[in-house]
This record gives sequence, structure tokens and C-alpha cells, in this order.
Amino acid sequence: MATVGLEHYLTVAGALFVIGIFGIFLNRKNVIVILMSIELMLLAVNINFVAFSSFLGDLVGQVFTMFVLTVAAAEAAIGLAILVCFFRNRGTIDVEDVNVMKG
Amino acid sequence: MTSDFQIVLPEVIIAVCAMATLMFGVTTGKDKTASLLVWMTSGLFVLMAVWIGAGGDGARSAFGGMFIDDPFARFAKVTILLSAAAVLAMGRDYMQRRDLLRFEYPVLVALAVVGMMLMVSAGDLMTLYMGLELQSLALYVIAALRRDSVKSTEAGLKYFMLGALSSGMLLYGASLVYGFAGTTLFSGILSTLSGEVPLGLLFGLVFVLSGLAFKISAAPFHMWTPDVYEGAPTPVTAFLATAPKVAAMALFGRVVHDAFGAIPGDWGQVVAALAVASMFLGAVAAIGQRDIKRLMAYSSISHMGFALMGLASGTAGGVQAMLIYMAIYVTMNIGTFAFILSMEKDGRPVTSIDSLNMYSRREPLRALALLVLMFSLAGVPPTVGFFGKLYVLKAAVEGGMAWLAVLGVVASVIGAFYYLRIVFYMYFGKDGDRLDGPMPAVQWVLLVGSAAVMLIGIVNLFGIEATAAVAAQTLVR
Repeated sequence: MATVGLEHYLTVAGALFVIGIFGIFLNRKNVIVILMSIELMLLAVNINFVAFSSFLGDLVGQVFTMFVLTVAAAEAAIGLAILVCFFRNRGTIDVEDVNVMKG
Repeated sequence: MTSDFQIVLPEVIIAVCAMATLMFGVTTGKDKTASLLVWMTSGLFVLMAVWIGAGGDGARSAFGGMFIDDPFARFAKVTILLSAAAVLAMGRDYMQRRDLLRFEYPVLVALAVVGMMLMVSAGDLMTLYMGLELQSLALYVIAALRRDSVKSTEAGLKYFMLGALSSGMLLYGASLVYGFAGTTLFSGILSTLSGEVPLGLLFGLVFVLSGLAFKISAAPFHMWTPDVYEGAPTPVTAFLATAPKVAAMALFGRVVHDAFGAIPGDWGQVVAALAVASMFLGAVAAIGQRDIKRLMAYSSISHMGFALMGLASGTAGGVQAMLIYMAIYVTMNIGTFAFILSMEKDGRPVTSIDSLNMYSRREPLRALALLVLMFSLAGVPPTVGFFGKLYVLKAAVEGGMAWLAVLGVVASVIGAFYYLRIVFYMYFGKDGDRLDGPMPAVQWVLLVGSAAVMLIGIVNLFGIEATAAVAAQTLVR
């Protein structure tokens, strides 16, 4: 039995992070999916931090994770609030309908 | 011996005032007091700017090096506070007349400013992240301030989605840097950079830089800028175009020098590439724009390219040039946005540049002030804007990047077209729709004052050159 080392954690985190990024760019349906993708990216970062923290024997990474978790919660709250306002005006939350302004 | 608390006192005062304002706004007459709160917040910013500007010299650090108070941070903080105060004061009338003036507005601006002050003082990846998020979260909300407008909420939503994506990339980079350097302190990261630099650390550096490039809207991470500028209410756009840009740019400078100062060759090329892309994209994409707010968005992308050119050289002279450039940029933008705020017809805000046709015949003084500002934004010689560009070009040449300076000149010539087109419309356009709005005194003073600064400043740049040199010396060792 091979032991689970740092590289395994980093691989999982990297994969989750990439899935998160692809979720934002390839998703054509729903803004909620984008919010979920953002959350996925932040959690991938947390796995990275905790893995490094444990590997280095240094607590700073875990402290950082606490901050990231807190900010992620605030970020999700603000994102949903803006989304609710948008839905009231537009009546839809499809990604394709976020297009009043073309950049 | 100064305690940690004394060093962060300005930030603490503004944060406490913001929360007191929030409690006051909730418990009293709600939006009736908003006007007063805007003036008070603006006054507080000016007070803090004077205090920080006058208070001591030398570098101090607090909380084990996580918070740094040095001349570089103070220069950026004074610029941020003064520009935020000016934007709050000039937008008040606009918001009041459009029923937008809610008491949350000054509170959110104050919290964003606290975030920016933390950013420029960051000495640790954690401080960097918390400051950046405090700023961004407040800005997402004020971009969507006009809750009943599709455009404003869409601007908020787009800003939020791309801002959160950039924060994610920055964090991923921060986690890699932490893992491979073993510390989150900038001074600690700098001390590990000797000999062979691990590949993971370079990956982390690239992720952190691209996250920051989003925040300063450098190409190719600029997509959100035109839409957010167009959709957000104009006073909010004016805010987005000034203080956060200074903060993010200063943070960029701090990260590359304080944390990665030992490997300028590795980030110098990345920053130079960002600078070239931003300068050209800003100059070329603005040509087809008819909306003055979108135009200012591309203008800001282009200006960020020039400021990055200063940083790319990796010298103290480059940082000095960047600081001078940002101070000039902010002054020009405050004046221009003071004018954009006054653009209205039959009581409705207008943002099309066609409405400026023959403006000089109606309001010669305002047209002249805008002409000076446009010349300055374009970098035409007898204005301060020219000297801002001259400093960054000089820094690039001295840093051994003459090719970058040449490209900068070319981009600046292309960019001059759309600034001069506005001047052309004002003086030689065909007679058509006319703006008829009044201009409140604050906006008039800021417009004419900023134009006057652009002309009088050529004497000695009001002495900011020496201050910026001292600031740059503390960063580049």
C-alpha cells in the first residue's frame, strides 16, 4: 500500500481548481452554476493550504484557510444578493441573458 | 516605542466610523441623512489624508511584519483618500437628483477605502487577501447600487463573477507560494529566493500576478471593465476608475518588489507583456466607442499599461515613475468624471459623445477645461499628462527596455486619436443635440481645478517627484 503524500493532495486540489475554472467558462446555462464553480475553486485552494500546512508543520496555512472560508461565505452572500436583484429586473438567470451590454 | 495598534490607527478609525455611520443610518431617518453622511465621510478622508501625509517618516511595521507603514504606503494612501473624498463630494448631487443617495453608499465607500489602505500596507499574503476582498466585496455592491436598473445589476453581476474568479486565481497562487516558500510573509518569501527558484513558486507568482492584473484591468484580463463602467451609476464609475486602481497598482508594486524583488528577470517579462497588451488594446478598442463611459474604461486600460511599464523596468526609478503616473492619472480622471457627471439633457444623464457637438459655443470655460484634460490624457506636451508618460518611458529605457518605450510611444499616438476626437466635436462638430444640465459648484471646481493642475503642474509637479522618489527607495532595496 502506497501512502498518501503531498503530491496526491496537490493533484486533487489542482483538478478541482481546473474544474472550477472550466465550470465558469464552459457553462452556458445558469449563473448559480458559476457561483458553485467559484466555491469549488476556493475549496481547492483550501485543500492546498491545509496539505502544505501539514506537510511543512506550519500552522499559518490553516489560519489562512479560516480566513478563506469566512471570505467565501461573505462572497457567496453578496453574489446571491446581486443575483436576486438581477432576477427581479430581468426575470431570468441564464448566462446567455446577461447581455444588455456587449463588451 | 509605538505599539502595533498605533500604526494601524488610521484604518481602525475609518472602519469604526464606517460602522458607526451604518448604525446611525439604520436607526435614524434612513436616507434623509445620506447627504450629511457623504459630506462627513468625505471630510474624514481628507482629515486622514492630512494626518497620514504629515505623520512621521521612515518605515514601521506591525503585527510581526504583516502590516507595513512606509513612505510608499503613505504616498498611495494619501492619493487613495484624497481621490475617494473628491469622488464622494462630486457625486453627491448627481445621486441625490436621481434618488440614488442611500446611506449605505458612504458606508460602503469607507469600507472599500479601508480595504485599499490594507492592500497598500500589506506585508503578508493574508493581509493582501483580506484587504483585497474587503475592497472588492464593497465595490461589487456599489456597482449594483441602482437596484431597479437592469444595466446596473448586470454590471454588478459581471464584476462579481470575474472578480471572484480573479480572487480564486490569486488565492491559488498564494497557496503555491506558501507551499514552496514555507511562509506567507513577504520578507520571508524574499529571503528564500536564492539560487535555484522552485518551479512551483514561479507558478504561484504567475497566478498571483494574473489575479492582480484582473484588479487593475490590465489586458488580457480587462473584459469586465467596459461593461462595469457603462452599467454602474456614474459616481460609482468615477470611484472605480480612481482609488481602486491606485491601490491595486501599489499592491502590484509591493508584491513584485517586497516579495519577489530578488528575481526581477522572472516577473519583468510578464509585466512588460501585460503593459504592451494593455496599452495597445486600450488605444485600439476605444476608437469605435461612442459612449464616453466605455471610452474612459478603455482609456483606463491603456493608462494601466503605461503605469505597468514603469514597474516592468524593476528599478527604483520605475516605481517612482509608476507612483507619479498614478497620481497624475487620478487627478485627470477626477476632472473628466466631474464633467461626465454634469452631462445631461432634459434632466436625464447622457453619455454619448455625440452630445458634445459644439459644446464650446455654449460653455466655453468648461469646454476649455475638458480640452486641457483630454490633451493631458493623450499626453500632449504642454500638460502634466505628458510628463507622466515621459517618466515611465525614461524608466523603461533606463531599465534596458527600449523596445517597450518605443511601443509605448506608438500606442500613445494611436490613443491620442479618440481623445482628440472629443476635442474636435466640442470645437468643430456639427450643431446637434445639446447638453443643457446645470453644473453643481463642486463638480465645476473639480473640473476646472483639475485642468488648472494639468497646466500649472508642469512647473514642478507640485513637488510629488521628490516624495515619490523617497517612496520608491523604501520599496526597491
